[in-house]
Amino acid sequence: MALTVADVHRIAQLARIEIDAAAAAQVHGKLLAIFAMINELQAVDTRGIVPMAHAQDVMLPLRDDAVTEIDQHALYQSVAPAVEDGLYLVPRVVE
Amino acid sequence: MSTSNPATVNRWETVIGLETHVQLSTAAKIFSGASTAFGAAPNTQASAVDIALPGVLPVLNRGAVERAIRFGLAVGGNINRRSVFARKNYFYPDLPKGYQISQYEFPVVTGGEVGVASPTRGDLRVHLPRAHLEEVAGMSLHEDFHGMTGIDLNRAGTPLLEIVTEPDLRSSDEAVAYARTLHGLVRWIGICDGNMQEGSFRCDANVSVRRTGSDVLGTRCEIKNLNSFRFMQEAIDFEVRRQIELIEDGGTVVQETRLYDPDRHETRSMRSKEDAQDYRYFPDPDLPPLVIGEDWIERVRSELPELPEAMRARFVRDHALPAADAATLTASRELAAYFESAASAAGGEAKIAANWTLGEVSAALNRNDIDIARSPVSAPQLAGLLKRIADGTISGKIAKEVFDAMWAGEADGDAAADTIIDRRGLRQISDQGAIERIVADAIAANPAIVAEYKAGKEKAFNSLIGRVMAASKGRANPAQVNAILKQLLG
Amino acid sequence: MTGVASTGTVAELAAALRARKLSSVELTTALLARIEQAQSTLNTFVTIDAEGALEQARAADAVLTRPDEPPPLAGVPIAHKDVIMTAGLPTTCSSRMLANFIAPYDAHVAGGLRTAGTVLVGKTNMDEFAMGSSNETSWFGPVRNPWNRDFVPGGSSGGSAAAVAARLVPAATGTDTGGSIRQPASLSGVCGLKPTYGVCSRYGLVAFASSLDTPGMFARTAEDCGLLLNAMAGHDARDSTSLDRPREDYTRDLELPLEGLRIGMPAEYFGDGIDADVAAAVDQALAQFRKQGATTVPIVLPNVRLSVPVYYVIASAEASSNLSRFDGVRYGHRAKDYTDLADMYSKSRAEGFGAEVKRRILIGTYVLSHGYYDAYYLKAQQVRRLIADDFARAYQQCDVIMGPTAPAPAFRIGDKTDDPVQMYLNDIFTIAGNLTGAPGISIPCGFDRRGLPIGLQIQANYFAEARLLNVAHRYQLDTDWHARVPGGFAP
Repeated sequence: MALTVADVHRIAQLARIEIDAAAAAQVHGKLLAIFAMINELQAVDTRGIVPMAHAQDVMLPLRDDAVTEIDQHALYQSVAPAVEDGLYLVPRVVE
Repeated sequence: MSTSNPATVNRWETVIGLETHVQLSTAAKIFSGASTAFGAAPNTQASAVDIALPGVLPVLNRGAVERAIRFGLAVGGNINRRSVFARKNYFYPDLPKGYQISQYEFPVVTGGEVGVASPTRGDLRVHLPRAHLEEVAGMSLHEDFHGMTGIDLNRAGTPLLEIVTEPDLRSSDEAVAYARTLHGLVRWIGICDGNMQEGSFRCDANVSVRRTGSDVLGTRCEIKNLNSFRFMQEAIDFEVRRQIELIEDGGTVVQETRLYDPDRHETRSMRSKEDAQDYRYFPDPDLPPLVIGEDWIERVRSELPELPEAMRARFVRDHALPAADAATLTASRELAAYFESAASAAGGEAKIAANWTLGEVSAALNRNDIDIARSPVSAPQLAGLLKRIADGTISGKIAKEVFDAMWAGEADGDAAADTIIDRRGLRQISDQGAIERIVADAIAANPAIVAEYKAGKEKAFNSLIGRVMAASKGRANPAQVNAILKQLLG
Repeated sequence: MTGVASTGTVAELAAALRARKLSSVELTTALLARIEQAQSTLNTFVTIDAEGALEQARAADAVLTRPDEPPPLAGVPIAHKDVIMTAGLPTTCSSRMLANFIAPYDAHVAGGLRTAGTVLVGKTNMDEFAMGSSNETSWFGPVRNPWNRDFVPGGSSGGSAAAVAARLVPAATGTDTGGSIRQPASLSGVCGLKPTYGVCSRYGLVAFASSLDTPGMFARTAEDCGLLLNAMAGHDARDSTSLDRPREDYTRDLELPLEGLRIGMPAEYFGDGIDADVAAAVDQALAQFRKQGATTVPIVLPNVRLSVPVYYVIASAEASSNLSRFDGVRYGHRAKDYTDLADMYSKSRAEGFGAEVKRRILIGTYVLSHGYYDAYYLKAQQVRRLIADDFARAYQQCDVIMGPTAPAPAFRIGDKTDDPVQMYLNDIFTIAGNLTGAPGISIPCGFDRRGLPIGLQIQANYFAEARLLNVAHRYQLDTDWHARVPGGFAP
């Protein structure tokens, strides 16, 4: 499962992080070292072990179906990079 | 593309599976307390959770879960005692968190089936491997904002139940029949308003073709976002023809996502995504497992209304209604309730209640574009009218006049029919002596017609009946008029 | 001043304020002056809100003059780690991505401390998005260790740790995802408590790794940690992982004697690779506990050596998803020049995030990507359970587990920035507490030959915060490591 430079480009693309060839090569070296450490896990026998997703074994609490929010879009949009007529603006999305 | 001839199509079998996105009719969103009401000004119903401000967290709406349970029970599925919310990761401007909270490995409902009347194969059981809860994304508005797209997140976080079928459907007709049945069912059990214009009920169709007799599935294409039954039919028909022609011309179907363009009546490939879809699903660490207790399931079960399929069978069995009438009456819970209420208030006059509900009432509703729930003539009022037909107070013909008057609001209350009958003097004349006098007058006043009748012209008899009815302003009991006229003409 | 030092502990200051020996405005003014003065040397703060702090101090003084019982921490100045949302103030996570972000609401823990009467003086510097163990990944520059400015204060809550160590505030909040409270507490010579996961709400913490992130606090004494925890703990319906438990006073058991306390000594915490000064200081601390009547029990935690790889899979996976919301659409950094939507995303994120954050997003994206999920994420969750099982077994033999908080004292700024694996191994003793969710505290227990502080980590089973604080408090009654002041920061 050795991570390749092509993998670095693929995951950077998936993660929407621009990366050039030089940076990818540099990151690749570091990631190889990190994955060498992570790959210690592969030696552990985990057959039959139930994965632990949460620190506490609790049930999901539920909220009542009631409207509790008020309109705060002016406050929320005060930190937005681009807004018009209450809409967030982004570069044109082509369907 | 031209239409293939039917002979060609017959050598091919169509295989369709549907994924239906049913927006749940909760007041608040699935993970926040923002309203789900349609049509608000942009982003005024987008809370901190809905726009994914840093630091906010999701809390699941009980009402969404309850609706999922209701659906699972209605289709005879398993309500999983433990289900898990996962994150589906992808970037899109209408998806504020960069992931959609959905259920993946462990959905809330597994199994179940929906009974559908197939136009070609009769009673068809459509199997549902799963139904899962998830959140809806926001909306991108493509009007020109200086070459930009506007993002409205009011819809983001609306609860949705995605209902998936096995590839059990074999034609666009069957797909539409299933979708219509499901559409009726989700409204019936009150989990969705069914409003297709507002996007409350949308389907994705997975369509493939294979040579007739083959048991291997062909490569499928997914047609996204079908928001009307007509588009669904057209899109599937187009896609089937496209795939058949492609294969017959030596090509191969590529698995892809397509969109239906209703203006051009064709499906087309969606712009190929920049990267192969890799959603990196994993259990949402913000949400422990959803645990549904037995008591909750039993309460929902006890509150479940009689389901349309059961009701249809009961109408046929108990009221001796034709299957087609029973099916139409159970198209919606309101219509069925109206019929049942009218039939029962009319003292069990089920057949006539069905005829009136499907006839005069439905026609008037359609004419005026009103919902049965808002019918100006209530079920008890209709029943009051039906009773007067049954007991001979008025004829069927007069009843239509009374109905129109009731519709126009001429009288209030359950006894509106009686009020109108009395006020307008429409009570049927059944008094033997009174009818004899009217008939006798008519004979005396129309010697020429009487002569024609006596000369053997049968039509003249009907003409005389017409005179008598006119003289009684339609109120004379027609059967009695007939008998007395025959007797007096000797 | 009225004779009461503005550099007292939370308990001392709260009492002085209540007795009207000191006003909150006097206290806040004095501390703001210390903060301003230290800022150019230590860089502990990202935002200093002098005006807001004085306004809160005036309000606190008004409350304190009323006859009715004031809130428990009325008028006591504190600081928040800049990952905690504070309404109306910048909340940057020390990232360029949020450099201009003003929080529109209060985190649950910020609200709790506000209700308790504290005065917020500002937001502390940290590793970007809480990713780091040295506070060198901040967009606003590294924080320096008050004991020696060439050294790191630890991370990721380095600003809070250093601010408490330098007596700029008596207490500050932090968050601990893999040791980000305990490790900087150790390296900066203060107390740092990570409570049980779920005891303090995560609502309003900018999420790093949701299943591990835990709000907690820094102070100079265990007692002060308890006072803050009283204000920060409690069920919050806005966080589905917040636990609904009866309220408790975490200071109730502070004075209990330690006779009969069974201290677990994991073989894995006392092996090779521990700095000799650290090992000696920890041994001395254990001797001190024995003197107070505790016994030490050898225990084994065979899977704990795997905590670092497990952590880097789980934390990175969750982070890669949690940080997807920073896309330049609704808030945060948006690149100036881009060709289309995809370009805007990738440029905004490439510019907005620093190298360490990007690296972790890439790790997380990779381990969740198609074909790798089972081998990495699922595997890590399974080993996470093995580690939790180790601790469950250990707690059948002992009440608390002790050992060094970090394998070595603070390192020089720049020494490990190029070797992420060496940097990650700093958290080798703290990460397990995040994987299990059980509480842990780091308290000062000595200094190395260079004068850099050494921390003792005390861990306990779920919900044993009161016991942890009791053990730490009794130790602090008999020692004065926690009372030492770094040179140049004397009151």
